[in-house]
Amino acid sequence: MGLKAPHSMGTTIIGVTYNGGVVLGADSRTSTGMYIANRASDKITQLTDNVYICRSGSAANSQIVSDHVRYFLHQHTTQLGQPATVKVAANLVRLISYNNKNMLETGLIVGGWDKYEGGKIYAIPLGGTIIEQPFAIGGSGSSYLYGFFDQAWKEKMTKDEAEQLVGKAVSLAMARDGASGGVVRTVIINSDGVIRNFYPGDGLPLWHEELESHNSLLDILNASGPEPMNI
Amino acid sequence: MATTMVKENNAGPAQLLGPESASERTLYPYVTGTSVVALKYKDGILMAADMAASYGSTLRYKSVERMKSIGKHSLLGASGEISDFQEILRYLDELILYDNMWDDGNSLGPKEVHSYLTRVMYNRRNKFNPLWNSLVLGGVKNGQKYLGMVSMIGVNFEDNHVATGFGNHLARPILRDEWHENLSFEDGVKLLEKCMRVLLYRDRSAINKLQIAKITEEGVTISQPYALKTFWGFSAFQNPTVGAEGSW
Repeated sequence: MGLKAPHSMGTTIIGVTYNGGVVLGADSRTSTGMYIANRASDKITQLTDNVYICRSGSAANSQIVSDHVRYFLHQHTTQLGQPATVKVAANLVRLISYNNKNMLETGLIVGGWDKYEGGKIYAIPLGGTIIEQPFAIGGSGSSYLYGFFDQAWKEKMTKDEAEQLVGKAVSLAMARDGASGGVVRTVIINSDGVIRNFYPGDGLPLWHEELESHNSLLDILNASGPEPMNI
Repeated sequence: MATTMVKENNAGPAQLLGPESASERTLYPYVTGTSVVALKYKDGILMAADMAASYGSTLRYKSVERMKSIGKHSLLGASGEISDFQEILRYLDELILYDNMWDDGNSLGPKEVHSYLTRVMYNRRNKFNPLWNSLVLGGVKNGQKYLGMVSMIGVNFEDNHVATGFGNHLARPILRDEWHENLSFEDGVKLLEKCMRVLLYRDRSAINKLQIAKITEEGVTISQPYALKTFWGFSAFQNPTVGAEGSW
């Protein structure tokens, strides 16, 4: 049967709920083929004050979907007279993704906080399926994280635990996925508002076969004293 | 009006490519559910489906309900593209809403819902833009049990037992052998579980987390998710090559 394997999508995106809100995370690499067009992109985009979206796949497609949803949500908020709910935002994203499934190639994670349901995460993969989950992962880097989350995820984490989990996960994915890299960006959304964080590559933990970074070999040689070099 | 932008876009740049417009057909599914199995029993219909939605070969989502109640009398199970199933549920929501708005004491039964779904699926197939699902529709109304199936190309039929996907090949032979009129609830469940266990052994996209739904004159009940025990204790499994050294 013509069951085509899923497109590989550059990026690692994550959305995690915790006791009181959500934490969204993403890498910052945008690639065109083998070239890294932008090494510090911001893949976590604002839809409303309380709802953000993580974008993966085609940069153009994900941007235009986000723009449309932001436009409709703005109108919706005005008419409603109060902040839009995460569910409404996610369903608007689904509507566009589903009705244009033949033309779009973008996997999205919508996350936010509203007063009715608290912190919520919705995954909207290729095709326009909408799935509400306690946590969601997406993008090509996510392949490396299924096992990690199966083991590391637990319910009712604190804000700090959740952010650390997200940071660790994006960092692990970046270590193995060529299409993910750069910095780790996180966005924490709860009743108090929104906090954006930025973790540059050299601030992240080191994994297997990764080394401490230095300014120069000379520093290493000078630090360990006048010993012969080992080749 | 703002909503025009999100309507189904059949035109677009692909029209410039000539008569064979790329944007006018769904070519392949992305997030898919596997088999649904169902049978008629003494009091109504029993239906089973696991809770997996796969993304190619990855078992991506493992808590997806692939069976939903429709109105008061019907139960719909789906395999295939989940986004299309979600859209079908929206169509049916509207159908049931309008039915209720008549407020005339009548309600759509499983036969009617099945007929509606058949028309939807067939008409989409004719436009070369199918809803990529195999649907199982079961229900009871006025004592009449009904169990039917619609495929993505609009093939529809009723039977005493149906299955989609792998279930066609693995479950139906079992059902053909062991199904009989007036199965008790317990026997029906055991028979479905026998089918689901075989699917678990042999279908790569199956997971060990399933639900069984029952529909009778009283209404629909969908069980909580649960897992089946599997048997691996065959001596031949322990050491498969012991009788034929050097074989694989």
